Amino acid sequence: MAYKTEKHILSLIVENQPGVLSRIVGLFSGRGFNIESLCVAETAEADISRITLVTLGDMDIIEQIKKQLNKLINVIKVIDLTHRPFVARDMALIKVRARPENRAEILRMVDIFRARVVDVGALFYTVEVIGDLEKIRSLINLLTPMGIKEVARTGTIALPRELKKRSK
Amino acid sequence: MHQSGVDIFLRSLMEEGVDTIFGYPGAAIVDIHHQLIQAPIRHILVRHEQGAVHAADGYARASGGVGVCLVTSGPGATNTVSGIASAYADSIPIVVFTGQVPTALIGNDAFQEVDIVGITRPCTKHNYLVTRIEDLARVIKEAFHLAASGRPGPVLVDLPKNLMQSTAPHTSAAAVDIKSYQPTYHPNVKQLHKVVELIQKAQKPLILAGGGIILSKASQALNRLAHIINAPVTATLMGLGAFPADSPRWLGMIGMHGTYRANMASAACDLMIAVGVRFDDRVTGKIEGFAPHAKIVHIDIDPTSIRKNVPVTVPVVGDCRVTLNRLNRLLQEAGLFWSPDSRESWMAEIETWKQTHQMRYEQADVIKPQYVVEKLHALTDGEAVVTTEVGQNQMWAAQYYHFNQPNCFITSGGLGCMGFGLPAAIGAQLARPDRVVVDIAGDGSIQMNIQEMATAVQYDLPIKVIILNNQYLGMVRQWQELFYHKCYACTKMEHTPDFLKLAEAYGAMGLRATRPEEVVPVLKEGLSIPRTVIMEFMVEPEEKVYPMVPAGAPITEMLLV
Ligand SMILES: Cc1ncc(C[n+]2csc(CCOP(=O)(O)OP(=O)(O)O)c2C)c(N)n1
Ligand SMILES: [Mg+2]
Repeated sequence: MAYKTEKHILSLIVENQPGVLSRIVGLFSGRGFNIESLCVAETAEADISRITLVTLGDMDIIEQIKKQLNKLINVIKVIDLTHRPFVARDMALIKVRARPENRAEILRMVDIFRARVVDVGALFYTVEVIGDLEKIRSLINLLTPMGIKEVARTGTIALPRELKKRSK
Repeated sequence: MHQSGVDIFLRSLMEEGVDTIFGYPGAAIVDIHHQLIQAPIRHILVRHEQGAVHAADGYARASGGVGVCLVTSGPGATNTVSGIASAYADSIPIVVFTGQVPTALIGNDAFQEVDIVGITRPCTKHNYLVTRIEDLARVIKEAFHLAASGRPGPVLVDLPKNLMQSTAPHTSAAAVDIKSYQPTYHPNVKQLHKVVELIQKAQKPLILAGGGIILSKASQALNRLAHIINAPVTATLMGLGAFPADSPRWLGMIGMHGTYRANMASAACDLMIAVGVRFDDRVTGKIEGFAPHAKIVHIDIDPTSIRKNVPVTVPVVGDCRVTLNRLNRLLQEAGLFWSPDSRESWMAEIETWKQTHQMRYEQADVIKPQYVVEKLHALTDGEAVVTTEVGQNQMWAAQYYHFNQPNCFITSGGLGCMGFGLPAAIGAQLARPDRVVVDIAGDGSIQMNIQEMATAVQYDLPIKVIILNNQYLGMVRQWQELFYHKCYACTKMEHTPDFLKLAEAYGAMGLRATRPEEVVPVLKEGLSIPRTVIMEFMVEPEEKVYPMVPAGAPITEMLLV
């Protein structure tokens, strides 16, 4: 049976210990799984970290990935956000050439995208944009003709959505 | 009261009931060795750290417990890697303690520093670098718990030298509590009801037993299941001994070198109950051709094994023994039982396969390796603990030493690690002093850890090394003969030491048979000598292991004698 390849956002709750990240990354490289992006940081509890990992695979591969992750001793929980409501955010810092004739246009786009200019240099503006992947890609595309010097992007971070109504 | 790291280490091991350690000293670990000789733990000084790990593996398998190794940092640690990878592939519970340079030097490329935790991450179930003495007792407790519980496997603990020398107030480690590690022992009963339904519908059931049966001590439960549902049983290489080979329900091993009837039965069955297996490619052959007509029930404690290689109708996550006992109870409660003369046409089909292609070999004027194993079986009443090297010798051992009990066939199955058999035999003999322990070896493999002869002699271990000397790296030569136009590139052992002299040089006894009529006398003599013995059999150089399924072919496409 061939299933279609799909993007999955996995949220991993892990023990905040040396070597955990390397176990996870090693699992992906050793077994030929794919990592699209990866974000790691402590949660509100210092001894627990959350890793948001975006991966690609068909149903069987995703199932193996989740099982293999669960098998790692330091992984406490694996949550697949893909088929449930979640909020996801990416962030990018974009350094764009700010020619005098382009400045107004840049600021207008920053405004439309609810982005911010976080650094103003003689020749470049650094724009901070937060949103889903699509939004970030669009802004980068729109700014490209003006000359992008460099871009730094985070991977996706995500959390499941909470219920809108209280269940009885 | 304050205790040193070494005190905590030794006390922790005694709490775990460790009575034997396989080790080799060096600067980073010598603090432990220094005190170990006063502890009520016997230390077996191997001659190479790889030997220590294989010996611990053999010890674990023969005893059903956990094997323990103690080696130094750097090269001592790297030498353990093949042994650890072999234990990992076969899910064998061992704990490997490695010395490490002092914490202050870690990362400085210090003398004999290697990142053994990094190196062994993909081939251990888990591993630790202990950096605080306060963690030591807990980590050791966890290491033993992880090694032996769930799907067992090797755990490595890296011990910086300064930790062993420093002191801390003594505290006993609390019971292990790892919130992220909760293996599922008890099966979901809903799933088992589905299994019962499938069993009721099945006309041609087949049980496939794997190493998980032996690891979870589920042989009796397996036997019972086969009895209740009157199903034939086959096993993987790792599962040999899980089901008695003298049972009329036994089909022999499945897979690349499995029996004709086991492989044919797997292709014809309409229900396969696979227990404690992982469907390795050497078992399934071409996946698309594997059990094409069968609903598959897969029982295993490791969820990653299920649906990894083979589509499964009913997955059951659980310990093999607990699960089979539960399943048997459900069947009994439902009043289900199939008498030994039920499933007539299925049994008849199997009988035909048995009759058409018996496991056999041509007798000749030279010694046939199969004959040696057959005679060994007869002369030891099938009661020996058999370890093997890797290659043809391993397959002939599997095919012709008909195992009736678990924990008696000890082989490097998943990794196929040459050099395994001799050190594993040392471990097995220490675990089972009451048993005859035999290493069935090839002339190539035996040279990979031949140095352990000294260990066997030093500890007066009466293990018997049977070298099936075909003067080739026989299994590779067999592939070359069949698939590489008989071009025997780099597989002829142009020079081999005189194994009899070598045995003598090690202080052991050496015997050799060159003619078929010498086989039995040599075996008899060798088995009767209560010392380490090498018995060398000059066998037919170009004998092949049959049946053989070419790699990647469906397992019904067997090359036969
Ligand atoms: C450490 C290691 N190196 C290489 C191999 C590949 N290999 C598999 S079987 C085999 C031949 C073994 O020769 P021998 O021990 O004489 O056994 P025979 O097949 O002749 O019985 C080799 C080289 C291996 N399995 N393990
Ligand atoms: Mg050979």
